[in-house]
Amino acid sequence: MLAVVGTVPDPAFPLVTGQVALSGEEIFIQDQQARINRGTPALLASAAKVCEALNLPAPFAYLAGDKGMGDGSKALYAHLENDLEHRSFQALAFHYLQPDVDWHDRVLFAIDEMTPRPLLIADAGFMYAAKMSGQAALYDLFTPDVGELAFLADELAPHPFYTRGFILHDDRRVPDLIQRACAHDNAATHLLVKGAEDYIVKRGKTVETVSAPSSPAMEAIGGTGDMVTGIASALATSGMALTDACVAAAKISRLAGQRANPTPATQVLDIIEQIPAALEDTF
Amino acid sequence: MLFRLLKKWVTPAPTAQKIGRGILVFEHTSDVIRAEKTLKAKGWEVAVMGPPPEIRTGCDLVIEFPLIEELGITKTLEEANTRPLKVVPVTSPLLNPVDIYTTKDYGDYLMVRAANMKITVDKKTLTIVNISGGGCPDVPYLAGELVGKRLSEAPRPGDIGHTLCGYALQLAYEEIKRQCSPL
Repeated sequence: MLAVVGTVPDPAFPLVTGQVALSGEEIFIQDQQARINRGTPALLASAAKVCEALNLPAPFAYLAGDKGMGDGSKALYAHLENDLEHRSFQALAFHYLQPDVDWHDRVLFAIDEMTPRPLLIADAGFMYAAKMSGQAALYDLFTPDVGELAFLADELAPHPFYTRGFILHDDRRVPDLIQRACAHDNAATHLLVKGAEDYIVKRGKTVETVSAPSSPAMEAIGGTGDMVTGIASALATSGMALTDACVAAAKISRLAGQRANPTPATQVLDIIEQIPAALEDTF
Repeated sequence: MLFRLLKKWVTPAPTAQKIGRGILVFEHTSDVIRAEKTLKAKGWEVAVMGPPPEIRTGCDLVIEFPLIEELGITKTLEEANTRPLKVVPVTSPLLNPVDIYTTKDYGDYLMVRAANMKITVDKKTLTIVNISGGGCPDVPYLAGELVGKRLSEAPRPGDIGHTLCGYALQLAYEEIKRQCSPL
C-alpha cells in the first residue's frame, strides 16, 4: 500500500490518518474532506485514480492543516515519529510539509525501524528538507521540476529561494544539472525531472526521456507536478520497477493533459479526471 | 616582494565589507516580511538574506542591517510589535535571494517564474488564472486566495504568505504586475 504524508491549507483541519476515498471534487479521509485543487489533495486524488483502475488498495494518508506557519507539519512529524514503526507500507511519499531539517531527521530515524523498509519518495517541501539534511541519497525517488532540479544541483542552497543565478541560468541544460546534483549527493537514487521533456534517471544515468504528447500550458497549471508524483507513487506499489513506474507516470500525465486540451487557465482537477482514460491508452 | 606588500596594502580584508553588519532573526518568515516592510517604510537600509549555516532550520530568511543602527532599528520594530528573536553580528557570507525572473508568453496568457514559483495572468483581463510550483504549505493557500482575482484586487502574497515560497511568489507577483503595467 502507498502512504502519503502532506498538508491541506486549512488551519482548522485536524491531523487525520486513513485510506482515501474520492467523490466529485473532494477527497475524503475519516470524517474530513478536502478540495482537490493542487498540493497534497491533488497528489492523493491522482494516486487514488491509479489505484482504483489497477485494483490496488486506496492510498493511506497522513494529513494535517497547515497554512504555512508550520504547526500542522510539526504535528505530523511528531505523529510519524511514534507511528511509523508500527506500520507496513510498500511506498511512503512525503509532500507539502514545512521544510525542517531536525524533524526530517527524526522521521528518517523512525523509518529505519520499519520492516520491510518502504520505498521512500519525496517531493515539494519535504524534498527540500531531505536535500538540506545531506541525506538525499537515502531516498528512492525525488520528483523535482526543472527549477527544483537547479536547487538540488546547487550544493550551497538550503531552499530553491537561494539557488544561485549561474545555476538557475543553466536550467535548460537538464543533464548537466542532474550530474551536478548527483555529484554532490543531493539526488535520490531515482529522479523523475518534470519539464518540457521529462527525464527519468537512475543512479545519475538518464535511462529514458519522455516529451510527447506535449501540452506546454501544463507548466502554468498548479498541481500538474503533484499529479505526476501521485501517479508514479501509486504505480511504484503495483509491482513495476521504479524506472518503469516513472516512465509510465510521465506518459500518463501527458496523455491526461492532452485529453483535457488545457489552456494556462485550466485547473488540475480537469486533468486528473482524465487519468483513467490515459491509463487505458498507456497499458 | 614590493608587489605583495602593495597588494596587501590595497586589498581589503575578506570580511571588510561585512564588518559592521548584523542580522535580525525572527521565528517565522512572515515576521521577517512584516519587519522588512516596517523598516523600509521608515527608510532604514536593510536587505532580506539567507541565514548563516549555523542557524538554518529549513525555511529561513533574515534581515541584514548596519549594526551601528541596532538601537534605532530594534526600537522601530518594538513600536510595530515585531520584535526579533535575536540580533547577531554577521560573521560569514549570507546567501542572496533569487533575483532572476523567467517570462513565458502563451499568447492570451503571461507566466512569470521567480525561483520555484510561477504566476500566470490573462493578459486581457489581468486576472490571475493559475499559480504553480513551490513546496511549502502556504502555496495552496495563496493560490486559493489569488486565483480568479484581478492583479489590482488580489492580496499581496507577501502580506498573507508565511514561507520562502510565499516570498518567492511575492517577487513573481511584483514582476508580472510590472510587466502588465501600462507604460
